[in-house]
Amino acid sequence: MKPAPFGYADPTSLDEALTLLTEDGAKVLAGGQSLLPLLSMRLASPATLVDINKVPGLDTVAVSGDGVRVGALVRHAQLLHHPEAARVQPLLARATANVAHPAIRNRGTTVGSIAHADPSGEMTSVLALTGGSVTVATPEGSSAVDWADFFVGPLETSVHGPAVVTDAFFPALPPRSGTAFEEVSRRKGDYAVCGAGVTVTLDDDSRVVSARAAYISVGLVPEVHDLTEAVHGRTVDQADWAAAGDLARTLVDPDGDLHASADYRRLLVGVLTERTLARAGAEAAGRTA
Amino acid sequence: MTTKLFGEPVRRREDLRLITGRGRYTDDIGHGALAAAFVRSPYAHARILDIDVDAALDVEGVVAVYTYEDLYGPMAEPLPVLIPHPQLTAPRTGYPLARDVVQHVGEAVVMVVATDRYVAEDVCDRIAVSYEELPVVVGVDAAREAVHSVHSDVPDNVAARHHQETGDVEAALAASAHTLSFTQYIERSACMPMEGKGVHAVWNHDDSSLRVHTSTQASTSVRAAIAAKLQLSLEKVEVVAPDVGGGFGVKIVHPWPEELLVPMAAMALGQPVHWAEDRREHFISSAHEREQRQEITVGYDDEGRVTALDVRGWHDNGAYTPYGIIVPIVTATQLVGPYAIPVYRVRIDSVYTNTVIVTPYRGAGRPQGCYAMERTMDRIAQDLGLDRAEVRRRNLIQPDQFPYDHHLTFQDGRPVIYDSGNYEGLLDKLVALVGWDRAEERRAEAAARGKQLGIGMAMYVEGTGPGPYEGGHVQVLGSGKVLVSTGLTSQGQGHETAFAQIVASELGVPIEDIEVVTGDTRRFGYAVGTFASRAAVMSGNAIALAARGVRAKALRIAADVLEADVDDLEIDEGVVQVKGTPGASIPLRTVAVLSNPLRYAFDEAARQATQFAGPGDDSKPPVAVGDAPGLEHVDYYSPIRSTFASGAHAAVVEIDPTTWEIDVVDYAVVHDCGNIVNPMIVEGQVHGGVAQGVGGALYERMAYDADGQLQNASFMDFLMPYASEVPDVVIDHQETPSPLNPLGLKGAGEAGVIPGTACIASAIEDAVGRRIAAMPISPTELYDLVRNPDAERVPAATTGVPA
Repeated sequence: MKPAPFGYADPTSLDEALTLLTEDGAKVLAGGQSLLPLLSMRLASPATLVDINKVPGLDTVAVSGDGVRVGALVRHAQLLHHPEAARVQPLLARATANVAHPAIRNRGTTVGSIAHADPSGEMTSVLALTGGSVTVATPEGSSAVDWADFFVGPLETSVHGPAVVTDAFFPALPPRSGTAFEEVSRRKGDYAVCGAGVTVTLDDDSRVVSARAAYISVGLVPEVHDLTEAVHGRTVDQADWAAAGDLARTLVDPDGDLHASADYRRLLVGVLTERTLARAGAEAAGRTA
Repeated sequence: MTTKLFGEPVRRREDLRLITGRGRYTDDIGHGALAAAFVRSPYAHARILDIDVDAALDVEGVVAVYTYEDLYGPMAEPLPVLIPHPQLTAPRTGYPLARDVVQHVGEAVVMVVATDRYVAEDVCDRIAVSYEELPVVVGVDAAREAVHSVHSDVPDNVAARHHQETGDVEAALAASAHTLSFTQYIERSACMPMEGKGVHAVWNHDDSSLRVHTSTQASTSVRAAIAAKLQLSLEKVEVVAPDVGGGFGVKIVHPWPEELLVPMAAMALGQPVHWAEDRREHFISSAHEREQRQEITVGYDDEGRVTALDVRGWHDNGAYTPYGIIVPIVTATQLVGPYAIPVYRVRIDSVYTNTVIVTPYRGAGRPQGCYAMERTMDRIAQDLGLDRAEVRRRNLIQPDQFPYDHHLTFQDGRPVIYDSGNYEGLLDKLVALVGWDRAEERRAEAAARGKQLGIGMAMYVEGTGPGPYEGGHVQVLGSGKVLVSTGLTSQGQGHETAFAQIVASELGVPIEDIEVVTGDTRRFGYAVGTFASRAAVMSGNAIALAARGVRAKALRIAADVLEADVDDLEIDEGVVQVKGTPGASIPLRTVAVLSNPLRYAFDEAARQATQFAGPGDDSKPPVAVGDAPGLEHVDYYSPIRSTFASGAHAAVVEIDPTTWEIDVVDYAVVHDCGNIVNPMIVEGQVHGGVAQGVGGALYERMAYDADGQLQNASFMDFLMPYASEVPDVVIDHQETPSPLNPLGLKGAGEAGVIPGTACIASAIEDAVGRRIAAMPISPTELYDLVRNPDAERVPAATTGVPA
């Protein structure tokens, strides 16, 4: 379990990093929590690791009324313990709390896990659920890429060639809304067997106008499912969250693996949808009141 | 007093070193050594057609590449069958490097030696081995069907047919008021020590000697094996087990191919060579355990008393049988547990599959036996509508029945005769400890919270401390330091502390003055090894006897000096004194000096022992006939047969009927290992065992696919429980001393793991009302079970209320 030979560079500017990334087989290293095990198991053997940890300006969490912009070097732990970010978009802290274990959260980066595009990662789905985007820097310049255009397949994004995902932007939670996030995992901190993040939005009469969910470890890329029809126009107390769970079960197409059959994942989609929607609905009602 | 420490919860002396990174493991030894790495078979069953190493030889830093063709003499012969047995009629072992055919994924094919491990793995990547794939056998059922054979000369895949019986079981079943039959499975898991295997070998060309550090549970036997295989004289080979980061059984197997190949390379190359097993290698090339199919028929009377028990089992021994059939024998003989079974027959076929070898993992066949017996008890209770605790109680061997002869032959070739025990006492304590009688109340309370609560129990008897022997050496130096050594090895159990406690108590010296060394053939050449919960029983008693020898000699010398009668002397705090006469004393360190008559005064202490230092008795030789210089003693303990420890566990589970997650909310242990040297160490052993029991019941499995590929060969997908998955454990002790050894000890190392699968299966079954017939069980499998209309329903239990 020793990596194949690779080059290493630790540029001190984004331009330098992008130049280095133009070389064949160059790969970005940020927190290394997914990449380094792949290297050690020789499942990946990049020619050069371009370590961006010395690139300035990528380690900040910028919070505005519009949302939270998370720099490429922000560690999960930093986001987990960021009250301002949590106020604007509560899903960030709720989801990062489910990312692996403290040691991994202290090194692993939120943007790195998004760029890694693992469908069992929490933050890919949170980006999707919040309707977020990433900023992709290339030698030609920077541009925003919407989440739906970013995720292409498991461990695959639309970004090719020399590029650094410099930040991820998570839009603020809309008014009269609540969120919840919950996972079932085999062991605490494991990749979720199934996870669900949801938002519920109410109208001025405290009736549901939106109920949306995104799932972890379900599907090849993050998907956002609109469950509003099952609960539309109901107050939080009247809403049949179980019906929304049943609807969700019909919308997903999970795979089975060593730890869960596809049927079991589908069961969990329903259960977690019902549970999280109920909590998110209650939270939305509390905020509306 | 710091000397009377037997039975005290002394904090483990080794822990500061071990938990602050100052342990010295094989990988900490010999920086700068050449590194070995292995090309291993990617196929479960294949013929090797060609090995092309040409491209590999261009890699800068490659030193040597070995294949089977490079092995010579005994190294070119199959690895030993360590424990032959008359019923092991078709033993098969591999070669250090595969010869023609590979029999499991992970079998070593090529060894590369290079300047470091990175380079060695680069070299491995460039070695091209071509294979012709052969049909693969995975799982006991495929092995039984024998459509394909693992070994072409063993067409039925049966390595051994183990068979024992204590009477005419068919007649006894026919005469039984009730009988029932069922089939169940238990899956594979593995030891998974934090430190994998590791070997570091240095060949000393000047004196033609070999020193090997290896992460083993049996250094003396590794030494003998290396000497035999590499054709060296025994005294030219030293084997040291340094700090070992866990063993749990996998490191009792020896010689591992790497334990021979790395020294072979060190000799050939004249340079130190080192190999550290990585985790993937550990998964696919070490050892696993547990997989069995069990078909059980039991006869019983109206009261639930067993009248006959017939067990037909199939044990998956993997591709080879280097450790014989110890695991199925242990299953067969320990299955009966604490119960009086009037007529018992057991037949277990040990079968080959194209998978990693199966050798003892903590519990070593007992968890499977316990699973068979305890699930049988549950079924009898369900069938008769009786409380499960009550059925057990009615079948227990009674305190006045000891020694109790099961008329079976144990894994050490000796009769299964239980030395002592109080099983009803265990059950009483367990019922109280877990609140068995409150189960229905708790079930209702959990139901109100939307949870399905279940409770289960399991009892076991564990043969511990088998022979043939262990030895101990105790020596008091002129400095007052007390050196203790024994040949068996330590893997973190706390031997340094426990053995020091024994010596402190026996010899009357402060524990701070005692240094303990284990598993170093330079210090103690005769030993068997650390397995079968035997260290305290075997080495503990040997060391106690050695300390008693030292004490006797010290008192004899001191009696001369103090002009007192030996019987009037005592040793306390390292000082020999005349009882009741303060001032009439001599430090033990001075006795040590005087024990060695000297001509030369190399230091102040030595001066006291020189020939003009004081009045001597010139009518006697300085060293009496039959005596020896020095204050030291070697002694051995060799038991007539094993001691039998026992215990009872109970688990309370809560199941979420929406997600089918299984939460072990309570876990209670009552444990009897005879006299206890250190209760804190025993409790730690129990905690660790329970953690592995929970792992085996709910999380761990070896997920082989039909091609013999292990799908979960990493800690990401092989789910060892974290601390967050292991319940708090409450423990109660019962101490029923063994009459067989001087200290009254029984073993404690494996106990915690044995009943885990059985009692958690029982609890889950109790919670969901569906028959659990295969373990481990995960939430996804439980979901499949509860929604399967064909799944057998279990009558609702009324627990804690005798019918």
